[in-house]
Amino acid sequence: MAAHRCSCSSWLFILFSLSVFVVADIHETTPVNDHHGGADHNAQTAEQTADQPAVEGRRWEATEVKEAATVDAAADTQGTSAPETVVPSSVPQPKDDFQEELVIRPLHSGDIYASFQFRTLWDTDFMRENKVSHYRLFPKSLGQVISKFSVRELHISFTQGYWRTMQWGQPFIPSPPGAELWVWFQDSVTDVDATWKELTNVLSGIFCASLNFIDSTNTVQPSASFKPLGIGNVTDHSFLRYATLPREIVCTENLTPWKKLLPCGSKAGLAVLLKSEKLFHSSFHSQAVHIRSVCQDWQCKTTSWELRQTVNSVFDLHNSGQAKREWSLFKMFSRTLTEACPLASSSKLYIDITDNPQGEQFELSPATSLLSQAVVLGDRRTFSVYDLTQETTFGSVRSLNLLIRWKSNEGYIHYEPSKDRVKPHLLEMLIQLPPNSVTEVTVQFERALLKWTEYPPDPNHGFYVGSSVISSLVPSTVAMDTNSTRERPLFSSFFPCKEESSYFVRIYTEPLLVNLPTPDFSMPYNVICLTCTVVAVGYGSLYNLLTRSFQIEEPNPGLAKRIANVIRKMRGVPPL
Amino acid sequence: MAAPLTLLLIVAVTIRAALFRSSLAELIAERVEVVSPITAWKRVVEGLALLDLGVSPYSGDVFHETPLIIYMFHFLVDYAEITFMVSLNKNIILKHFVVEFRKQKFALEADRYPMDSLELIRSPKEMYYIPLKVAMFYLLNPFTILSCVAKSTCGLNNAVLALFFLSTIKGNVLLSAIFLCLATYQSIYPITLCAPAMLYFMQRQYIPVNFRRVSFWWFIVQYLFMYLGSLFVLICLSFFLLGSWDYLPSVYGFILSVPDLTPNIGLFWYFFAEMFEHFRLFFLCVFQINVFFYTIPLSIKLKEHPVFLMFMQLAVISIFKSYPTVGDVALYLAFLPVWSHLHRFLRNIFLVSCVLLACSVLFPVLWHLWIYAGSANSNFYYAITLLFNVAQILLVSDYFYAFLRREHHLTNGLYLKRKDGSEATLILK
Repeated sequence: MAAHRCSCSSWLFILFSLSVFVVADIHETTPVNDHHGGADHNAQTAEQTADQPAVEGRRWEATEVKEAATVDAAADTQGTSAPETVVPSSVPQPKDDFQEELVIRPLHSGDIYASFQFRTLWDTDFMRENKVSHYRLFPKSLGQVISKFSVRELHISFTQGYWRTMQWGQPFIPSPPGAELWVWFQDSVTDVDATWKELTNVLSGIFCASLNFIDSTNTVQPSASFKPLGIGNVTDHSFLRYATLPREIVCTENLTPWKKLLPCGSKAGLAVLLKSEKLFHSSFHSQAVHIRSVCQDWQCKTTSWELRQTVNSVFDLHNSGQAKREWSLFKMFSRTLTEACPLASSSKLYIDITDNPQGEQFELSPATSLLSQAVVLGDRRTFSVYDLTQETTFGSVRSLNLLIRWKSNEGYIHYEPSKDRVKPHLLEMLIQLPPNSVTEVTVQFERALLKWTEYPPDPNHGFYVGSSVISSLVPSTVAMDTNSTRERPLFSSFFPCKEESSYFVRIYTEPLLVNLPTPDFSMPYNVICLTCTVVAVGYGSLYNLLTRSFQIEEPNPGLAKRIANVIRKMRGVPPL
Repeated sequence: MAAPLTLLLIVAVTIRAALFRSSLAELIAERVEVVSPITAWKRVVEGLALLDLGVSPYSGDVFHETPLIIYMFHFLVDYAEITFMVSLNKNIILKHFVVEFRKQKFALEADRYPMDSLELIRSPKEMYYIPLKVAMFYLLNPFTILSCVAKSTCGLNNAVLALFFLSTIKGNVLLSAIFLCLATYQSIYPITLCAPAMLYFMQRQYIPVNFRRVSFWWFIVQYLFMYLGSLFVLICLSFFLLGSWDYLPSVYGFILSVPDLTPNIGLFWYFFAEMFEHFRLFFLCVFQINVFFYTIPLSIKLKEHPVFLMFMQLAVISIFKSYPTVGDVALYLAFLPVWSHLHRFLRNIFLVSCVLLACSVLFPVLWHLWIYAGSANSNFYYAITLLFNVAQILLVSDYFYAFLRREHHLTNGLYLKRKDGSEATLILK
């Protein structure tokens, strides 16, 4: 009896400790691809927690974690003081699940990248004999497409614009301009080409796009790339079809049926932001639908269908007509968020703040304390998180209008303009150069004409403008020695060294030779004469008109008469 | 009259709007014939930037506008294009009214003259289209279009002068003094327009122009009091706006002492570029006095005709000022249709118009050859400047001649006969 009780209590103790570890595990940092369930791993994660305080665990696939937790605590379900996130297995697993998220990444050039992802997971089997008829979160049109055409994977995207990798980095979901469609069919399909043709026509109807132009002239079967993104053995590439229509233009008629596929439509949640007049007024926008099968747990005992709908867009700072670098949800989408989609199990907004660790480049408002880290595209990035399922995110105004304001690092500018023949221009600027960038400083100038005595003896050589000076403290890879009295070679001791981690450098640019227009140096007297002549012409004509009056012209008498008049005048007799 | 005027306005605004949006706007804003160091828009922007930076805009040699202009553009800098177009339209409406009132004077004179010269008097029917012609001459003049597209503050100056004309012709003494004071405050030369304004008011109020009458002097004192009073107020206001007297040497000292020798369409630049240092002050005084010098003689000769006197004064200012631009030329050219009845007495109009046209075309060509191509030198551009100014002087003196001749015919009859009955010719003696 005692032994039995002892073994019972020992079992209880083991189970209790395991459940405690599971609880601790759930509350700790969980990087994306870690797998859960081992006690040693739990110890590792416990260490990680110690290093990164107050960081919320981020889950890419929530259902997997829950499965792992329940597998660990499978034996005991009632006795453990399970926290709210551990689901006891007596409650049936939700058959379908919907998550929505929006990632906003400010780009260096001042543009902003917004990426929406809406994911519906559904544990069902479309390939069963008895057709699936009860659709809840998964859209019926796509479900029927999958079952009718025996689709294993379907990826379709509509993009307007070209992704500028050099300026914007890498997108989360890349896509080519125009429309792209690639489909893996099941092994059971006999005539793939006919099925492909029918599929493209049906999709053309669903998305209101002209996909019916896809035919054998633009379809290929790639053998090396476009391997299935979901589960399944890599089979014969004859079941793969890839087509692209680069000429396809994306418009509101494509966005509207796309939005209808979402469980909440465009009425609640993040999809309210997808308004076509603002979304299409961007440099790049792309909407896509990805359907594939994924594993539900780590051992992949059961699979479920995953439907991901994504929208990627890049908003141009200059196109939007703003002078200041400031972005808000209202400026981007002309809407704000008021609630999460009620059908969503998670609805989050992520802002990429990796380049802004202490908030010196831009500031977010309203502020949030939730932070998250994720490894994406080979880089560990930090995100500020807004959880839309919580009421506190929306504050007192019941709406969330995120504001990202860049801090202008104007620096210090000291400018003394020049006075002709008295002093020169002086421009001093203290600026902070952003990394990996090119900064241009331009100054507009006008050429002046000087007095002829102010030109040097060789005026056509030009005038020199002195070099510009750049003085900077450059970070040093080697610790410098601040003790300047120590014995050192002369070449290393010219500039004083105030701190160890940086050294002073001064760079001079090339001087500028400016060719000024010259007057004609041989002509001073001529110029004075000619100009005075013109002024005299004005003076003369006005003088004439002012001092003289009109008289009738007397014809000129002949020479004889004039002499006679002169003699008569002398005699005092009236003239002829 | 309203419909054609509206149509004209629409066409003018369309042309300017189209040019504002095109790439030509920047090219035009840099042309030296269209903008001068006093009126350039680039300098206004520079002054505003300096003000924002906390440095006095007058500390450098770039900005030569008055403080009121800075503050006006401080608020209107985003709407600069609209401001210039509004001032332009105001300009034209005012000239329209000016001409309307001229008609009345003509009607009064009709009964004073001998019978055969009645054909010289214009009937109201002939004068019906003059306001429209004046509007057309101003709005569609390429000089005005260029000046407006370049956003030169000359347009604002012209608007203030047009307001001055309007208030003078309407008989409002106070407003006329105030607007004249504003125009003088911006560039000094409109002070000479005091004389025609006073003569007009005296004529209107039937005060005889006689040195011995008290009423004459009393009116002059009144007008000058209003004028100088508003000038004083403006100058003190400018002082309080910026907190220093810096602007006086920068604005008025600049206009009077001509330190900047950038080429323009006037006579000053090359003259003072090639001047011997010893005589610089002397010739500076001579050239500046030349502008003000014609006021008294012209006023004495034209005391019965103050409106023509205003036109003459305006022309003299535009030709002989220190930094003229095509905007100033366009202002007095716009008034030519008012004197369309003088056409039969003009002697050189064909020559003058050909020379003006040729010079306007040659200005940019020779500038390009001098500065960019390097195959000409400054003498080429200078020669065209001289020719342009000679043509303007010829135009103005021709109109003066025609005016005086018409007056002579009005008093003495149109078809003059000599003592022996043959047809007579008139000369100036």
